Amino acid sequence: MAAEKIRKPGWKDLPEGDLIIGGGTAAEFKTGDWRSRRPVLLKDKCINCLTCWIYCPDSAIIVKDGKVEDYDYDHCKGCGICYHECPVKGKAIKMIPEKEAKAGEKK
Amino acid sequence: MAKSNIVARTGNEAMAEAMRQINPDVVAAYPITPATEIVQIFAGYVADGIVDTEFVPVESEHSAMSACIGSSAAGGRTMTGTSSQGLALMAEMLYIAAGLRLPIVLADVNRALSSPINIHCDHSDTMMVKDAGWVQIFSENAQEAYDNMIQAVRIAESSKLPVVVTTDGFIISHGMERIEILDDKAVKDFVGEYKPENYLLNFDRPITAGALDLTDYYFEHKRQQIEAIKDSKKVILDVAGDFAAKFGRSYGLFEKYRMEDAEVALVAMGSTAGTAKVTVDALREKGVKAGLIKPRVFRPFPKEELADALKGVKAIAVMDRSDSMNAQEGPLCLEIKAALYDKGISKTVLNYVYGLGGREIRLDEIEAVFNDLAAAIKGSKKPAVTYLGVRE
Repeated sequence: MAAEKIRKPGWKDLPEGDLIIGGGTAAEFKTGDWRSRRPVLLKDKCINCLTCWIYCPDSAIIVKDGKVEDYDYDHCKGCGICYHECPVKGKAIKMIPEKEAKAGEKK
Repeated sequence: MAKSNIVARTGNEAMAEAMRQINPDVVAAYPITPATEIVQIFAGYVADGIVDTEFVPVESEHSAMSACIGSSAAGGRTMTGTSSQGLALMAEMLYIAAGLRLPIVLADVNRALSSPINIHCDHSDTMMVKDAGWVQIFSENAQEAYDNMIQAVRIAESSKLPVVVTTDGFIISHGMERIEILDDKAVKDFVGEYKPENYLLNFDRPITAGALDLTDYYFEHKRQQIEAIKDSKKVILDVAGDFAAKFGRSYGLFEKYRMEDAEVALVAMGSTAGTAKVTVDALREKGVKAGLIKPRVFRPFPKEELADALKGVKAIAVMDRSDSMNAQEGPLCLEIKAALYDKGISKTVLNYVYGLGGREIRLDEIEAVFNDLAAAIKGSKKPAVTYLGVRE
């Protein structure tokens, strides 16, 4: 399946001097497609200690009202640090192959 | 016409004086012969509270240019000074300053590069970084060094390109001359207040500078830079025009000296142009139709304009105070030849590599070059490159 070709700005349209104008633009850079394994939250096991949220290097743990809600798969690179640091016996996170997750999504 | 006064100054003192009047926000520098005095004198102004500048003493020229890049990206008007090995050590950062389009002004005193180690004048340091993306301005004497520094600030800020203004080591840097210093206020008004469009300390408009730029954007940013250096020709002429209108001294991309009806022409940059003018005058007295072209701006290279200026002569000698170690001609000669080729102009162009490591260039040697041109016109075969003044 060929991805739709998006025309990037030409040299006359870019800000000069390799500048990126505006703050927080890293959010626009979707790094989720680097992932080979993805974390899946096991809500029934999670004790909401937020250890994963502290450790996540990509701020990809979504927390709402003090509780882990989900993962930001647009930015999670699948490094597995959350899984490694999860203090729950038997882990409240499981890492599954991205391929498997994608196949599951299609069904 | 603005108030002015005549003083005795060395090239280094003249450049330091210009920096005092420009009163930049930041100067970061490391000392090196023969440029040390520029920043040493300026550091005195800082210590005495004569300028408002933040002076950053650093541990190397690489750090000096790095600090300048930080300061300029933050939004400050930034200057520095160096020479030779110092410029070479800055090389990595010079490219970054240009790529980030930071209008830093650098006073460079031309000096030979090691090895062998040498502290005297040639142009190999400036030529080493000719492709770094900086506007390069050569000065014939202390007056031009002073005037060029003042103009460089506006050229840099208007074109968003860094500018290096050069003098010749010891010949200009330490030679004392009579120069006209402009009124402090006139210089302040001429350079104006620096108002960058984007800068890191503008919290209302955050930016990222120097982000990773891979296969999909690097080329576009380089293309912008190429356009900026092309466009800077007009900026340089506009600033020179305003300078001439206000202060009466005219500058262009190059100077034409007695070229109106010239048959033989010399092309020389920096202090040698001053020496060559004496020879041209003497030859004119003898009835020889000699002329001189003195490129002031080497980057951007005024290719069409130089070709036009040289199209009427019968033979040209290009004086290179450095060698490109390319088994052909020096850098200035190569570019002059390329300029002529593109205009379909084919004529005798002889290259003279001279003055390496501060070797003196004398009037009789320049006269001998003109004699070579006269002989070449009459059909005498001359070598493409002559190493003028070297012992065989």
